[in-house]
Amino acid sequence: MYITYREIEGRSFGFYALLAILGAIVLAGLGAAWYMEHNGHHVTGMNNQVVWGIPHVFAVFLIVAASGALNVASIASVFGRQLYKPLAPLSGLLAITVLAGGLSVLVLDLGRPDRLIVAMTYYNFKSIFAWNIFLYTGFFAIVAVYLWMMMERRMNDYSKPVGMFAFIWRLTLTTGTGSIFGFLVARDGYDTAVMAPMFIVFSFAYGLAIYMIVLLAGMNWSDRRVGEAVFGRLRKLLGVFIAGSFYFVLVYHLTNLYITQRHGVEAFILLDGGVYTKMFWIGQVLLGYVAPLVILFHPSLGKSRALVMLACVLTVLGGIAQMYVTIIGGQAYPMQLLAGKEVVESSFFDGRVGSYAPSLPEVVLGVSGLGIALFLAAFALKVLPFLPQSLADADADPHHKATAGEAGKPAAA
Amino acid sequence: MTITRREMLAAGAATLAGAVVTPGLRLIELATAKSPEDAVTALRRWGMLIDVAKCNDCDACVTACREENGWQGHNRPATDAQWIRKVKLKDTETGYVQTLPLMCQHCEHPPCVDVCPTGASFKRADGIVLVDKHICIGCRYCMMACPYKARSFVHEATTDQKPYAPRGMGTVEACTLCVHRVDEGRIPACVEACTKDGHQALVFGDLKDSNSDIRKRLAAASSTQLRADLKLNTGVRYTGL
Repeated sequence: MYITYREIEGRSFGFYALLAILGAIVLAGLGAAWYMEHNGHHVTGMNNQVVWGIPHVFAVFLIVAASGALNVASIASVFGRQLYKPLAPLSGLLAITVLAGGLSVLVLDLGRPDRLIVAMTYYNFKSIFAWNIFLYTGFFAIVAVYLWMMMERRMNDYSKPVGMFAFIWRLTLTTGTGSIFGFLVARDGYDTAVMAPMFIVFSFAYGLAIYMIVLLAGMNWSDRRVGEAVFGRLRKLLGVFIAGSFYFVLVYHLTNLYITQRHGVEAFILLDGGVYTKMFWIGQVLLGYVAPLVILFHPSLGKSRALVMLACVLTVLGGIAQMYVTIIGGQAYPMQLLAGKEVVESSFFDGRVGSYAPSLPEVVLGVSGLGIALFLAAFALKVLPFLPQSLADADADPHHKATAGEAGKPAAA
Repeated sequence: MTITRREMLAAGAATLAGAVVTPGLRLIELATAKSPEDAVTALRRWGMLIDVAKCNDCDACVTACREENGWQGHNRPATDAQWIRKVKLKDTETGYVQTLPLMCQHCEHPPCVDVCPTGASFKRADGIVLVDKHICIGCRYCMMACPYKARSFVHEATTDQKPYAPRGMGTVEACTLCVHRVDEGRIPACVEACTKDGHQALVFGDLKDSNSDIRKRLAAASSTQLRADLKLNTGVRYTGL
């Protein structure tokens, strides 16, 4: 099957307006980072109790989603599914731009962002952060080579082995991201190996949701068709990934509920943690899992492209809620100093739930990560042919059989 | 005023004698001082024993540390640094209340050192856990990892710093066990203050020296490590808990 890729025209008012909006978000994020760096982190809601805040919620979400965005390409080249072949270049592109967005936020939130070079030259190899520096930079390089193998016809034969390597690398990368929390022995909400596979399954869902949003919007806005075969397959796949995420969350909480020592943190997240409890049940579970699952698997709701788009957006919002619960909720719950003793007085908030109210600059910085990812992606779509000219069933589905009256022809270029 | 030849010779001889002898005296001083290698030998492990039974409601240790190391805040409790603090603990069953100072526990296996990406968090050979302010990038991963909340992030610009305890906005800091004093053969400021006030609740010394006061007291009575379940082998121990 012959697939034609084309740049998007990118001369419409809408395209420039999109770039302008995304560019403004990026600039606002840079301004916020400059403000935080100059005044110190006391202008944020972060403090000595909750040391990682909204910037980390967005950064970790985007880093996790980036590895997941590559899945579509992996399905095509590693698992040899023909239907996914035309979808693969965009998958590689988003993997790079979404990771760039996440890493930018992470780096700009550092206390000393000017010392980035130190992070590149001094290493403590027992630190999972230090491994991640290699995993992230390596990911950029590997996916760039992978894109070259996919997009340069003469190199197509190599896309399978390179794709396999990229797939293993991305699994390792998300293992590393999950282990940032899994290796934290001190806090009841973390310190569990399940963090690594749980983050991998999260990444499948978050990455595919972002991928579908960009694909459906990009194809729609450039007047290209997405047939039922591709649409239906992606829709069901997202449903499976969300169900998988739900399963891991269930296992995580059931394990903690079995361990008496962890009943405190479970009660905090599931019952009486205020904003964290609401964020978990309403944000992560209801909006992030239940609502998208209903839409995606419902026989008639699932047919609506608008509703499926909504399900993708809800998955992203649910993912941000999940990161909020995991990262901020996990820190807000106090650590116990000594078994059988509770802290009744402390000038440093020991034994008390950590307070955290995000300030505007840190929210702007966090959101700008998404802006960076989408700005880079939109720009790249204009200069390089990442999008297939048509994903109509006759063009994309290898098992397609033309039926009478079906408009399976590619849309006009 | 005229100077006789005799006076001139006497002054010259005195100056010469001074010039010859003074460096010698300085050499004796240098010879008795610790060499840089000696200061960080693994043959020592500095530690502290806190006798909770003798710890009063006062905060002499906290005040002394703040003055010694210059970590006065900006009246913003959530973001101000605290290298040492007083904590009141209540037994959840019996209601028995005790108060104790809490700071970096100078672990043998410090989680902060494990997680630090650049190696800015490090443990000296003599067991003191420190932050290298030159390579700390302010990621705060060590603060996520520390079970004692011992570390603070410097949230705003600092003034009136002590030359021996540099602080910098955007980096992480904690109790240094008054390393600048220890290297001069003195005891940490908190221990000195507690002793001076007559409480004697803090004992500082070399955990590896069988003749040290701290070692003898640890050998004579039971002591507790905070979060002993994590097996970090803390350098700070509590007795009477």
